[in-house]
Amino acid sequence: MSILLIAEHNNSNLKVFTLNTITAASQIDKEIHVLVAGNKSESVVKEVAAIPLVKKILHCDSPTYENFLPENLTPLIVKISENYSHIVASANTFGKNFMPRVSALLDISQISDVIKINSSDEFLRPIYAGNAFSTVKSIDKKKCITIRPTSFNPAPTTGGSASTEKIEPVNVPNISKFIKREETKSERPELGTARVVISGGRGMQSGENFKLINSIADKLNAAVGASRAAVDAGYIGNDHQVGQTGKVVVPELYIAVGISGAIQHLAGMKESKVIVAINKDGEAPIFSVADYGLEADLFEALPQFLDELNKLNTIQK
Amino acid sequence: MKILVAVKRVIDYNVQIRVKEDGSGVNTDNVKMSTNPPDDNAVEEAIKLKESGKAKEIVAVTIGEEKAQETVRKALAVGADRGIHIKSDNYIEPLGIAKILKKIVKKEKPDLVFLGKQSIDDDCNQTGQMLAAMLNWPQGTFASKIEQKDKVIEVTREVDEGLETIQINLPAVITCDLRLNEPRFASLPNIMKARKKPIEQLNAKDFGVDISNRVHQIKVEEPPKRKGGIKVASVAELVNKLKNEAKVI
Repeated sequence: MSILLIAEHNNSNLKVFTLNTITAASQIDKEIHVLVAGNKSESVVKEVAAIPLVKKILHCDSPTYENFLPENLTPLIVKISENYSHIVASANTFGKNFMPRVSALLDISQISDVIKINSSDEFLRPIYAGNAFSTVKSIDKKKCITIRPTSFNPAPTTGGSASTEKIEPVNVPNISKFIKREETKSERPELGTARVVISGGRGMQSGENFKLINSIADKLNAAVGASRAAVDAGYIGNDHQVGQTGKVVVPELYIAVGISGAIQHLAGMKESKVIVAINKDGEAPIFSVADYGLEADLFEALPQFLDELNKLNTIQK
Repeated sequence: MKILVAVKRVIDYNVQIRVKEDGSGVNTDNVKMSTNPPDDNAVEEAIKLKESGKAKEIVAVTIGEEKAQETVRKALAVGADRGIHIKSDNYIEPLGIAKILKKIVKKEKPDLVFLGKQSIDDDCNQTGQMLAAMLNWPQGTFASKIEQKDKVIEVTREVDEGLETIQINLPAVITCDLRLNEPRFASLPNIMKARKKPIEQLNAKDFGVDISNRVHQIKVEEPPKRKGGIKVASVAELVNKLKNEAKVI
């Protein structure tokens, strides 16, 4: 057995979720080979080589792969897949985009969003937005798997010395073209990887009122999230959405403000280590998952919260 | 231009699902079923293209048990022209669904295939991409905006970092995000009219493709419950607990 793992990066840096996916892969088999396909992506190769769990790097550098178009990546992965028992990627918008294409061309039934590795062919995955867990066994000879990164710890990043093999690009179909990427710029940590997340819901009543959330986020060095209701009401952009239709987050501290706790929101945050709920409706479902619940009007509670934080001598960052 | 829209019948998104006690799956008896939410967005986008004069015909297709036809009927009621129901009483994995849809595409020759980005029951997020690969077509997944320009289509995609815009050649597969549009409701007269629109009936096993399942479900269980927490009386108590008990700030 050996694993082909597809690295996610931006041609300069490795994306952190790849580290979580490497940890998951190491529970299947120790022979992990990482494909770095990109353009002028040497610095990514260096980063990957230092990861002790990685045995070998396959580096394919070409303008073709600069923007990771799935139509272009797929033929490359399919071509090098022959000697591997498992093809693995992160279950985020990167891995979700190309892995089913790879699976289809190899006639493999993909296993999406794995949260636990039972054995080399048996896995646990959430279904119904995490309201049920399904244990599945693959009978395909080769497995195509995407890993939910937040269910595994990131792999150590220093001390490794993996060898690198340069591989040639393959012909691309020329049916798609990258136009642009508009990354959400923020001074705050990224929602998916932040240690603390504070989210607002419909209870915030307006986008303007999110400044109450923002000032606490600044104090705690937290990422700002939102429920789908708040996004749909136009209070805040969709890239802040936490939930089944947004991002799944697993921070050390999650603070839900004015969020009732619809199933779809809970699916995105209920694995957080410590959950705080602030809501004036004491019956709101969010309290059933909260470690600390405060039944209060958020417009009074949030300024007090900031005052109390200001009184503290030290705050973890 | 001709558009094929694939729709799926799932447990309604407002229903709190129940895991069967024997671990064999999720209870679907006497449970409200609906069209998979992003599939409604897929249907809506097709109708918008027809209304703008860019599309001539919309064909809605579903694969599933007898009652799955309701999802096609609903698509017809909001503006699809005709339907195809491919009957199967057994669960078919995305790989098998994509194989069947490929055959339908070869026969119908649409310029665009719209699907929801993911179904809310098995949460696989595979079918659209698999279909695109089997056809060697480009794909626009998680589409939140599309703009057709002659023989190409510009797709804005919701990705983890923000938004990405790509240009793909037609024919193409597009998987729709909830943010793409606001699906309309069917009016009563249109529901009545839809009853007269044709639905072609086919059977999954007659397609001559391998739809056997390769991923066997061993057990379905409830996720571990979170331990109940406590209510705090004041903000000061909350901050104190977070600092000294949970030690997270």
